[in-house]
Amino acid sequence: MKGSVIKYERDNIDTDVILPGPYLKIHDYNELAKHAMEGIDKDFHKKVKPGDFIVAGKNFGCGSSREHAPIALSYSGVKAVLALSFARIFYRNAVDGAFLLPIEIEEDTYKDISEGDQLEIETSKNEIRNITKNTTYKIKPFPELIGKIIAAGGLFNYKP
Amino acid sequence: MNITEKILARASGKTKVSPDDVIFANVDKVMMHDVSGPGVIAVFEKLKKTGMKIEKLWNPEKVWVAEDHFVPAADKISAQNVVLLTQFTKEYGVEKHFKYGMGQYGICHTLSHEEAMVLPGEVYVGGDSHTNTTGALGAFAAGLGHTDVAYVLLNGKIWFKVPETIYFKINGKLPDYVMAKDLILKIIGDIGTDGGAYKTMQFGGSGVSEMSVEERLTLTNMTTEAGAKSGIIEPDQKLRDYLAQRGATNYSEVHGDPDAQYEKIHEYEASELDPIVAKPFSPENITIARELSSVSLDKAYIGSCTGAKLEDLRAVAKIFKGRTVKIRTEILPAAISIFRKAMDEGLVKIFMDAGAMVGPPTCGACCGAHMGVLAKDEVCISTTNRNFPGRMGHVESKTYLASPLVAAASAIAGKITDPRDIK
Repeated sequence: MKGSVIKYERDNIDTDVILPGPYLKIHDYNELAKHAMEGIDKDFHKKVKPGDFIVAGKNFGCGSSREHAPIALSYSGVKAVLALSFARIFYRNAVDGAFLLPIEIEEDTYKDISEGDQLEIETSKNEIRNITKNTTYKIKPFPELIGKIIAAGGLFNYKP
Repeated sequence: MNITEKILARASGKTKVSPDDVIFANVDKVMMHDVSGPGVIAVFEKLKKTGMKIEKLWNPEKVWVAEDHFVPAADKISAQNVVLLTQFTKEYGVEKHFKYGMGQYGICHTLSHEEAMVLPGEVYVGGDSHTNTTGALGAFAAGLGHTDVAYVLLNGKIWFKVPETIYFKINGKLPDYVMAKDLILKIIGDIGTDGGAYKTMQFGGSGVSEMSVEERLTLTNMTTEAGAKSGIIEPDQKLRDYLAQRGATNYSEVHGDPDAQYEKIHEYEASELDPIVAKPFSPENITIARELSSVSLDKAYIGSCTGAKLEDLRAVAKIFKGRTVKIRTEILPAAISIFRKAMDEGLVKIFMDAGAMVGPPTCGACCGAHMGVLAKDEVCISTTNRNFPGRMGHVESKTYLASPLVAAASAIAGKITDPRDIK
């Protein structure tokens, strides 16, 4: 999949900023999308395009278990989050609900990718191609079960 | 195997599991509330649209439901969510639904121990990140999202990667005016908000044996803030007595083997600890309370699953007795049963004499929902668990996290105050 990068150069982007608490009572996915990233980026909703990728530092999605967070990003059009590491509940919500791909990247990759870069992610080859910078980054394969759940299209479609 | 490995092995029908093994664990109890519940219902609706027939839950007796985040209903949408939950529990025959305004209700994690909803040795999952709290009852307790809770409701099991365990050995007794909250803030400050990521944080040692069950619950509660999958404490006589007082005597305890393995062991001398405060905007951003004595406050918030249990309220009352607050102070007991005990013990009178406001159990402003959220630039000292930007209201409000004793002393002084320095 191909898309362009929205980059937040910070660690610990928590679910309270990805989807602030007052919107937790909302369960209309498109309405949630309007408030994605509102806690750190008021303009996110205006600038995000279908197919975009978010790039961020370590411990992305820490804090509350709200599935609203990956839902809001997914319904904003975000197809993958590329981060140095992920908080566990965000990670499993993203995968089990088939909302977006949580992809762990290396420190060098994180530094090299810039806002607006065009990327092509090929999980089958475990690589990301940076079209803008004409370079390629290796990514770790997903753990076996995670790969199977992603391939099935979410936990409910996965047959153990 | 350690206690967590043994519980997960038993729940997955294996004789042995090791860290990084992926297992499907049979679940003993599952919980959802007025935020995760409607999320789960939305998942059910989505599944039905794909043609799945959903007629019954795997086992309604193992499901329980709390109303806590936006209750008493904060607005029309919140009211509708409570209606949705009520319809759901009726339709699927879930009898353990704690409804506000109908006797006992409160914050889900508080009910898990107040009502002995979860027992030692069990696998417990909940649609809330602070589900870790309940690990102080000797159970494996972990938070999940809507899709996973929906999966458990229908299948009675869920996947886990068996976590590594970090063991925190606490030696000695906490000094006067230092609480479990200070200890867990210190630990989070030391290991960071991802220091326990994907792992179990286990607490033991003489310092934990000395602690009451309620204080232990504060430790496991905030393992979430270190990113941990779960927090756990092995059962002992204090826990058995606590559960027996709540009518629970029939359960199957699990204890770690003598040769249990831990990824790391951290030791703390309880007697050396001071009252600690976490500054905005992270629970790891800690310092000792005395270093912040120049910070003026607008508000004190004593609430949440972390800091509004009975002993938390007793700690506040100890400071408030015969004094009056200098700043707005809100006290929201974490469950009706705790509110009642606080009344019977005369704590509510002390709070009101001090000028504080006492309100109904709710997650309230802890998650920025309602009941006293913060305005731009407002500064609050809070007994809650998180102080991310916007957590308790406006993104430019500031929350300092502290123990009930520090919050109470600060409410009296109007600025951050070590309870040992209160006049």
